[in-house]
Amino acid sequence: MSEHITELIVFGALFVLVSAVGFVAARWRRPSTMEHLDEWGLGGRNFGSWITWFLVGGDLYTAYTFVAVPALVFGAGALGFYAVPYTIVIYPMVFLVLIRMWSVSHVHGFVTPADFVRARFGSPTLALVIAITGIVATMPYIALQLVGIEAVLKTMGVTGHLPIIIAFAILAAYTYQSGLRAPALIAFVKDTLIYIVILAAVIYIPAKLGGWGSIFEAAEAKFKASPNTGDGTLLNMNNQLQYITLAFGSALALFLYPHSLTGVLASKNRDVIKRNMSALPAYSFLLGLIALLGFMAISAGIKPIVGENGKPDANTVVPQLFDQMFPDWFAGVAYAAVGIGALVPAAIMSIAAANLFTRNIYKEYLRKDASPADEAKVSKLISLVVKVGAVLCILLLDPQFSIDLQLIGGVIILQTLPAVALGLYTRWFHRAGLIAGWAAGMAAGMWLLYQIPNPASGKAHFGGSAFPLEKLGFDTKMTLYAGILALAVNLLVAAIVTLISRAAKVADGVDATKRADYFADEGDPKVKELDLSAAH
Amino acid sequence: MSDTPPEERAGDRSPWNWLLIPPIVIPLLTFLFNFDEPRLLGFPAFYWLQLAFIVLGVICTSVVYQMTKRKRSAE
Repeated sequence: MSEHITELIVFGALFVLVSAVGFVAARWRRPSTMEHLDEWGLGGRNFGSWITWFLVGGDLYTAYTFVAVPALVFGAGALGFYAVPYTIVIYPMVFLVLIRMWSVSHVHGFVTPADFVRARFGSPTLALVIAITGIVATMPYIALQLVGIEAVLKTMGVTGHLPIIIAFAILAAYTYQSGLRAPALIAFVKDTLIYIVILAAVIYIPAKLGGWGSIFEAAEAKFKASPNTGDGTLLNMNNQLQYITLAFGSALALFLYPHSLTGVLASKNRDVIKRNMSALPAYSFLLGLIALLGFMAISAGIKPIVGENGKPDANTVVPQLFDQMFPDWFAGVAYAAVGIGALVPAAIMSIAAANLFTRNIYKEYLRKDASPADEAKVSKLISLVVKVGAVLCILLLDPQFSIDLQLIGGVIILQTLPAVALGLYTRWFHRAGLIAGWAAGMAAGMWLLYQIPNPASGKAHFGGSAFPLEKLGFDTKMTLYAGILALAVNLLVAAIVTLISRAAKVADGVDATKRADYFADEGDPKVKELDLSAAH
Repeated sequence: MSDTPPEERAGDRSPWNWLLIPPIVIPLLTFLFNFDEPRLLGFPAFYWLQLAFIVLGVICTSVVYQMTKRKRSAE
């Protein structure tokens, strides 16, 4: 541990700095009162282009991504690069969808995707289903941010869980106090650090390793020597479809996660969102470069640290690379970038999960007359509970379990697509159809994931997201992203049950939204204001 | 404030929106870029081409943003 003393000091100093920023954030763009969910949970719904860029960027491109994507490239090669097409196709894909979601939420004061579903389909049950799916999918994601911090601490020789608990306690305290303003302000520090570290890494490390040509040669040599047929610096016949469906399916899922939507709803108008759809790919470029760190680690001969369970922890590859390549003080900066990079999304995710509980469970089922101040109070408390839960996940369970859960999370959050995303465009689906489709999609998704073994880790089930089509009786070695298959089942069942419900004249919910709501912008009247003017 | 009340707006329709299609489709067509050659600065085509698609995405979304943003008296 003593040889890491410089790294630890730099890491510690930067950590203290952002904690201070987190607490000060409560005074930033200070509202008249913090006792309202729009203020605590959405930062006043008034963020401009720059803040939104940092906030959403800091939210989507998490510390775990920065550690896990290069780890995947290190292990499997080209397949791990799916993160690049994934984060390219997503922005043009959601460009028009998100502005509709922003508008209808602006008019009706929605805070969560489940709020929208409730109003659109007139079904608190469907909203509850969406809210629970969101919470379940988000929890392991928060836990994974801890895995990111732990990978860094391990490399610095810090073991034990106490540092993680302290870090999360501080995070919980300033999120409680400052709400969404804390991660928004910290994101400026986090992203600046990450950009500096990665740009330095992609210039400095290849120069030390003899250029990109020799880095790719070393990677090719490694994959040629490995017995695994799925790896390589290019895709092969069997994993191309997996690459395409994984990129596409992940892109479909990303903005269904409640925390992604939180950043979008916090922006002040539609143009802020549109502008960010063309500015956020700057992070995709960064992510592409980060992915290549996996090849650099191969070329530098990095060996992952062997964890407590006796298995090599691939997530330590990137921190190890930094440790070996950078001078101590800069490695400290790099670790801080990853560590702080975990705090921003963890804060936003816990806020989003807390909002879901407050709006769609507490207010809906426990206390219908809760005032906005009550909502803010409950949300603040729940954000603490969520973080304690995430820490317990890491303390009590094998981290591998969180990784498996996150894999499942991606598949199950996709099952909210028909209600949340298609719901923005069409009211054709019957609420019974959507609930049935969701249930079928969840069951199918679980079954598919259960069937996937992982020969590398010796697991028989939940070994990955690449579903071999031969299991369905096809004579092929091709694999497909399980989430897409489950979504297909979901849509099919939703459509069939919708037709049956219509034919049987089952009562459908009332749509509380109007067509014009989907195009409203900043300054247009909101529902509450309309109600007030009608009362006079 | 917007000039027209929301009820009278035409919605989000615009021919410029078609520009959103290429950056969704092209990065998913692996047969276009799953090659080693030609290399650029030592990068196999697979890697530099996909990084170049990011630029394609930025250009397409920027054009759509510029052509469809609402004219606002406040700005």
